[in-house]
Amino acid sequence: MLSELTENYLAVVSMVLFGIGFGNLLIQKNLIKKIIGLNIMDTAVYLFLASMGYISGRLAPITVDGDTSASRYINPIPSGLVLTGIVVSVSVTALMLALTVRLYRRYRTLDIDAITLMVQREHLE
Amino acid sequence: MEWIRNFPFFAILLAMVSGPVSSVLPGRHARRVSFLVVITSGLLSVCTLAYVLYTGEAFTYQMGAFPAPFGNEIRAGVLEAMTATFFCLIMLLSLVGGYRFTAVDIAEDRENLFYILINLLLASLLALIYTNDLFTGYVFIEINTIAACGLIMIRGWGRNLLAATKYMIMSLLGSGLLLISIAVLYGITGHLLMEPMHGAIVDIVEKGTYTEPLTVAVGLFCVGIAIKSALFPFHSWLPDAYGYSTCSSSAILSSLVSKGYIFLLIKFFYRVIGTDIIHQIQVDDVLFVFGIAGMIFGSVSAIQQTDVGRMIAFSSVAQIGYIYMGFGLNTEAGMIASIFHILAHSAGKSLLFVSLNGLTGGNWENANYRKLRGAAYRNRIAGVGFAVGSLSMVGIPLLAGFTSKVYFAQAAFGVSSTTKQLVTLVALAVSTILNAMYFIGQTINIYTPLQRTEGRPRVAVGRAMWTATVLFILLNLLLGIGSEPIFRWIEEGLRLFG
Repeated sequence: MLSELTENYLAVVSMVLFGIGFGNLLIQKNLIKKIIGLNIMDTAVYLFLASMGYISGRLAPITVDGDTSASRYINPIPSGLVLTGIVVSVSVTALMLALTVRLYRRYRTLDIDAITLMVQREHLE
Repeated sequence: MEWIRNFPFFAILLAMVSGPVSSVLPGRHARRVSFLVVITSGLLSVCTLAYVLYTGEAFTYQMGAFPAPFGNEIRAGVLEAMTATFFCLIMLLSLVGGYRFTAVDIAEDRENLFYILINLLLASLLALIYTNDLFTGYVFIEINTIAACGLIMIRGWGRNLLAATKYMIMSLLGSGLLLISIAVLYGITGHLLMEPMHGAIVDIVEKGTYTEPLTVAVGLFCVGIAIKSALFPFHSWLPDAYGYSTCSSSAILSSLVSKGYIFLLIKFFYRVIGTDIIHQIQVDDVLFVFGIAGMIFGSVSAIQQTDVGRMIAFSSVAQIGYIYMGFGLNTEAGMIASIFHILAHSAGKSLLFVSLNGLTGGNWENANYRKLRGAAYRNRIAGVGFAVGSLSMVGIPLLAGFTSKVYFAQAAFGVSSTTKQLVTLVALAVSTILNAMYFIGQTINIYTPLQRTEGRPRVAVGRAMWTATVLFILLNLLLGIGSEPIFRWIEEGLRLFG
C-alpha cells in the first residue's frame, strides 16, 4: 500500500492538491480565496496530466537535430492538454475576477454571504 | 452529396467566427448577424439530418491533419443532427420572443455583447452535440459556462451579478470534477476519442484491471455534469440564474444550456463507457435515486415560491430529475423517454419564460403571484402561452409533457426490477400532482379577473413576441400530437450510437 503511494507520489500529490483547491472553492466565503482555490484545483489536474505524459530519461517533445524517433521524447498529448487547460483556466479566472471587482465596487465586501444578505435586503426594499 | 459532411463543422465555425465579428459591430447589426447565424446553423443542421436519415448511417469528420486515434473528430448521426436542429429552433424563437425586452434591459452600447454571447453559446452547444473527443467536450463546456455566465449578468443588476457568481462557482466545481475524470480516463485508456476509448474500457473491464479508477472517473464525470445541469441537490445556483435574467437569457438558459451538458452525458454513457458497464458499476442506480429526489423536491420547492420566475426555475429542477430518472432506468425505452423529455422540456420552459415576461412586461418585480392576478387579460397571447406551457409541464394530453410522461411510464414497465418500476410510477404520479398544484394554480391566478386593470406591461407586445409565442405553442402541440417520427429518429440515433 505504502509502496504504491510512494511510487505514484505525483498522482497522490495531485489528488491532495485537488482536494485542497476544491474545498477552498466550495467552502471559503471570500471570493478571492475561492478564486485561489479554483487555480489550485486546476493546477493539480495539470500536474496529474503532466506526470502521466512524462517518461523518465526522455526529452521534451521538440525535435532536436532532426531526430523524429518517438522513443526519444515524452508523450506530447498530455502537454498539449495542459496548455489548452491553462488557457481555459486563465479565461475563467479572469471572468471570476471581473465579477468579483464588480461585486466589490457595488457592495464594498468580498464576503459572498454578506453580499447575498445585502442583495436580499435590496430586494425587500 | 458528400459535401454535406462539412455542414456540422461549418455550423460550429460560423457561430464561433460571428462572435468576434459582432464585437466590432453596432448592436442592431450584431443582432442581425446573430439571427442570421442561428437560422443558417439551423438550416445546416436540417440538411445534416436529412443526409444521415437518407444514408442511414452516422459519419465522422476529421479535424486537422491527424487521423484517429490521435487527431480530433466530430461525428454526426441522427440524434446529433436532430438535437442541433431543435436547439437552433428554440434559440431562434427565444431570441425573437425576448427581442423587445432585450432592447429595454440592455443598454444600446452593450447590445452587441449580448449577441456575441449568444453566438458563442450556440457554437459551444453545437460543438458539445457533435464532438467525438472528450477533451474537446470539456473545452466547449467551459466556453458554454462563460457564455451562460455572461447571459446571466448582462442585465447588470446586483442580483444578476450575484447569481452569475454563484453559477460560476458551482459550475467551476463541476468543471474541475469533469477535468480530473477525463484525465483519469485518459490515463487508463490512453485515448480521448470516444470510439478508441470505449474499446480500451471494454478491454479494461474484461481483464479486471483499473476497475476502481474507471468507477471513480465515471462517478466524477456524472457528478460534474449533474452540478452543471442542476440535478438535485446541486441546484442552488439555478433559481436566481434563471429567475432574474432578461427574457431571452432565461428562456435560453433554462431550455438549452443544461441540455447541452446532458447530451454530452448521453454520449458518454453510450459511446465512451457503454450502458452494460454503466449498469455493472451501478451508476444508473445512483442517478435514478437523485432523479427521483429531484422530481419531488424540485416541485416542493416550486410550490413554496411567491415569485413566479423562481417557481418556473425550480420546476426545471423537477424536470431535470425526470431526465436523470430515465437514465437511471438504463433501458433503451428509458433513454428515449429522457431524450424526448429534453425536447419537451425545452419547448415548454422557453414558452413559459417568454410568456411570463409578456405578462410582467419584462419587470421581475411584477412576477409576484399577487401582482400577476388577472395578467392574462392584459396580455392575452402571453396568457395563452403561459397556460399551454403550464399544462404541458403538468402533462395534459395533446401537449409535449404528456407524451414524455407516457414514454416514461412505458419505459418503467420494461424495467426488470419491480422496485424501480413501482418507484418510477409512484414518483411520476406524485410529481404530476405537485406540478399541477403550482402550475394549474398559477394559470387560474392569471385568469382571475380583477375589478380594475393595473400593472400594465412596461413593453407592449409586438409582432415578434406574438409570433414566437404562437410558434412555441405549435411546437408544444407538435411534440404532443406528432411525436411518432421524433420517437423513431431518437430510436435510430441511439442505434447509431451503439
